[in-house]
Amino acid sequence: MTAQVERELETETEELTVREAIRQALREELERDEDVFLIGEDIGEFGGVLEVTGDLYEEFGDERIKDTPISEAGFTGAATGAAATGTRPVVELMFSDFSGVAMEQIMNQMAKMRYMFGGKAEMPVTVRTTEGGGMGAASQHSGTVHTWMAHFPGLKAVAPGTAAAAKGLTKAAIRSNDPVFVFENKMIYEQTGQVPTDEDYTAPIGEAAIEREGDDVTVVATQRLVGESLQTAESIADEFGLEVEVIDPRSLYPLDTETIVESVRKTGRLIVADESPLSYGTHAEIVARVQEEAFFSLDAPIQRVGTPDTHMPFSPPLENEVLPDGDDVRAAIERIS
Amino acid sequence: MANYNLESSEGRVEALRRMLLIRAFDEEAGDRFADGEIPGFVHLYIGEEAVGVGTCAALDPDDYIASTHRGHGHCIAKGLDPKYMMAELYGKAEGYCNGKGGSMHIADVDAGMLGANGIVGAGPPLATGAALSIDYDDRDQIAVSFLGDGAVAQGQVHEAMNLAATWDLPVVFVVENNQYGEGTPVEDQHNVDNLSDTAQAYDIPGLTVDGMDVTAVAEAVDEARSRARNGNGPTLVEAETYRYRGHYEGDEEPYRDEAEIERWKDRDPIDSFTERLIDRDELTEAEFEELQTEVEAKIQDAVDYAQDATPPEPHEAYDDMFGEIPPEIERFATAARTDGGTPGGDR
Ligand SMILES: Cc1ncc(C[n+]2csc(CCOP(=O)(O)OP(=O)(O)O)c2C)c(N)n1
Ligand SMILES: [Mg+2]
Repeated sequence: MTAQVERELETETEELTVREAIRQALREELERDEDVFLIGEDIGEFGGVLEVTGDLYEEFGDERIKDTPISEAGFTGAATGAAATGTRPVVELMFSDFSGVAMEQIMNQMAKMRYMFGGKAEMPVTVRTTEGGGMGAASQHSGTVHTWMAHFPGLKAVAPGTAAAAKGLTKAAIRSNDPVFVFENKMIYEQTGQVPTDEDYTAPIGEAAIEREGDDVTVVATQRLVGESLQTAESIADEFGLEVEVIDPRSLYPLDTETIVESVRKTGRLIVADESPLSYGTHAEIVARVQEEAFFSLDAPIQRVGTPDTHMPFSPPLENEVLPDGDDVRAAIERIS
Repeated sequence: MANYNLESSEGRVEALRRMLLIRAFDEEAGDRFADGEIPGFVHLYIGEEAVGVGTCAALDPDDYIASTHRGHGHCIAKGLDPKYMMAELYGKAEGYCNGKGGSMHIADVDAGMLGANGIVGAGPPLATGAALSIDYDDRDQIAVSFLGDGAVAQGQVHEAMNLAATWDLPVVFVVENNQYGEGTPVEDQHNVDNLSDTAQAYDIPGLTVDGMDVTAVAEAVDEARSRARNGNGPTLVEAETYRYRGHYEGDEEPYRDEAEIERWKDRDPIDSFTERLIDRDELTEAEFEELQTEVEAKIQDAVDYAQDATPPEPHEAYDDMFGEIPPEIERFATAARTDGGTPGGDR
C-alpha cells in the first residue's frame, strides 16, 4: 500500500483491480443517490465492451443502467440536458476516440451552460471513457485525448493511475456538481491495488497522491505510467541508490500544482510522464507551472515522456516503438542524474 | 393548465398581449442594436410570434423549453420578464445571465427556459435530456425543443429524435419553418416536401400547421403534449412561418424580394388574431389600443431599466465557471478583485 493512501485514510482496505474499483464506485454511488443513473452503449446486459459496468444491470435494472443507440452526440447531449434538470447522469463514452462525435454538446453545452447562464444551471454530469494504446486496437481505439478536456474551460478532468484513485475519483466525479471526465486507461483495468472499503472514501478532485517518496528525482506520472514509474523507481534505487519520488496527479484539471512544486523544490529534478502526444499538451502544462513556481529550485532540464506525436499504430513492434513506458522514464532519469 | 390557455377568452387576450409584447420587444431591440447600445448579434422573431406563443399557451408553467438563437419570442411566451431580458441584451449585471449570455444565451432554468442557443441544432438533445429527467423521476411535465428549418439538417437533431422516439420520452419538437436558414431557402436544404415528413423515420406523429395562426399552433402542441404526458412519446410539429426582418440585424437580404415579404405580412399573426377577437366581440378596438399602450410602456420600462442597470464588475468574469471554483481561476478572480492586475509566479 502506498504511503499516501495510508496517510489519507487510516482505514480498512481490500485488494481490487482497477476495473473492480470503478465498478464498486459506480455501485456505491447508485445505491447512495437515486438521482444517479448510467447511460451509454452496451453498458447493460452486455456489461460494457471493456466489462466495467459488468453485472450492475442485474442489480439496478434498465432504468438506471441505460443502454443507448449508437448516438454519442445525442446521448451526451441528453445527459447534459438531464443534468441541468435534476438528475445526475454518468455517461460511458465507449472509447475516448469517439468523443469527437459528441464534442459539440461537450464543448458548447456541457462546459458552457453554467457560465453562459450566469451560474443559474447545475451540471452534475460525469463522463467515463477509456484511453490508451497497448492492446493492438489501432489508431481509432487507442487515443489519449485527456488534454483536450483538461484544456477546455468548464470541464474537470481526472485520470487515475491506481485502483484506489480509480475508485475515489469516480465517486468524487459523480458527487461533483460540475462536469467531470474520468479517463480510464484500458491497459490497467487488471492492475490490482489496495482500495479503501469505506463507502465515503473519495479522492478529492484537485489533489495529487505521492505514491513513492524520494529525495533525488520527481516523476509526475499518470495512468499506466504510474505503475511503470514505480517499478522503474525500485530498480533505479537498487542500481544507483537514487531515490525517485513518484507523484500521480490523479486530477489533471484542476491540477495540484502545490504537491508537485513542493516535490521539485526538494529534488531539483522533474520528469513528466503521460501517454498523451508530446506537443502542446499535459506535459507542457505541468512544466510551465513548475517553472513559474520553482524555477530557481531546478538543477537540471525538465524531461518529458509521452507519445511522439503519432497515432497509435496497429502492429505490435510499431505500437511498442511509440508507446511510452517505464524504460522511457528510466532513460529520462538517467539523462539528468 | 397553461398560464394562458387559448380555450378561454382571457387566455386568448393574454396570448395576443404576449404576441404584441414580443413584437414590441424585438422592434425595440432592433432599434437599440442599430443605435449601438446592444453589442453582438441579435436575431429577431418578428413575424413568428404565433409559433412561440401558440406553443407556450399549450404548456404548463413548469414544462421546459429549449430555445434557439432566435429566442426572444420564446422567452416572452414562456413568461420571462422583458426587463431582465433587455438588461441581458445590454450586458448588464441585472440581466437573466448577469450579462454573461446576451441575446444568444438568454436562459432561466428555474422558469423552465433551458436557454437560447448559439449552436444550430443543439436544443433537441438538451430537451430530450430534460424529458429523460422527467421520465426518470416520473414527473408530470414535458419538454419542448424549438428548432429552425435549417436545424433539421443537423445530425444531432436526428439523434435526439431517434432517442426520444425509442424511449417514448415526453418531448415535442417544434420546427419553426421560416423558409430560410440564413440566406438559403428551405427547398435548397432538404429533400422532403414537408419537414414534418422526417417524423416518419422515427415512427412518431409529424404534422405541418399554419405557423401564422396562434390557435392552430396551440391545438397541435396541446395534442402533442397530451400524447407525451400519456407516455406515448414525442411529436414533431412543423409550423410554417416567416421572419420579416433579416436573418440578423444588418442582413442585406439579397436572397428575397419585398413582394415576398409583403405576401407573408398579409397573413400577419397579430393582425389576423386581433381581427378575430374583435369580430367575436372578445375585444373592442379601444381595448386593443389600451393593450398596445400598455405593451409599449412595458417595453419602454424595460429599456429604461436596462440602460440604468449596472455593468458587471470585471472580476465577475471569473464567477460561475464551476460549482466549485478551482485555484487556476480563483487566483485571477482574487487579483481582479483587489488591484485588477494579473497574477504571476510567486518567485
Ligand atoms: C452549428 C452551427 N452552424 C452554423 C451556425 C451559423 N448560423 C446561425 S443561425 C443559422 C441559420 C439557422 O437557420 P434556421 O435553423 O432555419 O433558423 P432561423 O435562423 O431561420 O430561425 C446559421 C447557419 C451556427 N450558429 N451553428
Ligand atoms: Mg429558418
